[in-house]
Amino acid sequence: MSLPFIIIAVATLFAAAAAMSLRNLVHCALSLVVALAGLAALYLTLDAQFVGFAQILVYVGAVAILIVFAVLLTRSDATPNQAILAPGWLAGIVVSAVVFATLGWAALNSTGLPRETPPAPVATVKNIGDLLMTQYVLPLEVIGLLLTAALIGAVIIAMKEETPKSSSSRRESAPSEKLERTDVRCYQAEKGGHV
Amino acid sequence: MTPLQGCLLVSALLFAIGLAGAVTRRNAILALVGIELMLNAANLNFIAFWRYGAHPEALTGMMVVIFSIAIAAAEAAVGLALIIAIYRHYRTVNLDEINNLKG
Repeated sequence: MSLPFIIIAVATLFAAAAAMSLRNLVHCALSLVVALAGLAALYLTLDAQFVGFAQILVYVGAVAILIVFAVLLTRSDATPNQAILAPGWLAGIVVSAVVFATLGWAALNSTGLPRETPPAPVATVKNIGDLLMTQYVLPLEVIGLLLTAALIGAVIIAMKEETPKSSSSRRESAPSEKLERTDVRCYQAEKGGHV
Repeated sequence: MTPLQGCLLVSALLFAIGLAGAVTRRNAILALVGIELMLNAANLNFIAFWRYGAHPEALTGMMVVIFSIAIAAAEAAVGLALIIAIYRHYRTVNLDEINNLKG
């Protein structure tokens, strides 16, 4: 293992751990950006240039922006006061530790893994484009269809719910009525207290 | 430890971190971030096996990762749209308070 790989891997793992453990969601999103960029650097050290730059374009460019938008649109950018972990968090940590132990044990003790490092393979954009247009043309079309459906679906899901006029007005009036009643009660109590 | 085993260990740790975050955090957005981290760990495995595997000239692992990145982008878009719709309905993204299927 080369030194750059170890440095990048440690930085990536620290950023990922920070993204999952910080209290403030904006800080989490920023750590996630660092982790994803570190992964792109790992791809570059593994001679997968195209995938590395696609990772930067898609994840650091688009997915991180989407997550920041979601954080701001759901008004969860302030540091929360209550607990950030779900009630059964200890069990979750134990399960992930067991998963890591199993995966690590399998990676270290497997005999079928290739031992020697082959010379760097040639993966130019031309090769990738050729394969995408010949052998993998059907998956490419399916991915295009999936992306179209997902984007239309996302817009429809996130669109404002259109409710009929009467029900929406009833829905709006109900809390305000309650508010008025409590207001009046408060006012009366206040007056009573004063008098 | 061979370089391939190093890659596999890094990706296993990344997967465990993502799993722990997705399971334990109360915020729905961070659960989605954890799922993204797990997807990325799988991608790293694909690239590592492509790089150190038997037939790298076939570019199979790389193709899988390219398609997987596209699927992850679609998943993030739909997931965040769902979270925004849920926030509009419940006024919260705390997963412990969203316990009602029929809102």
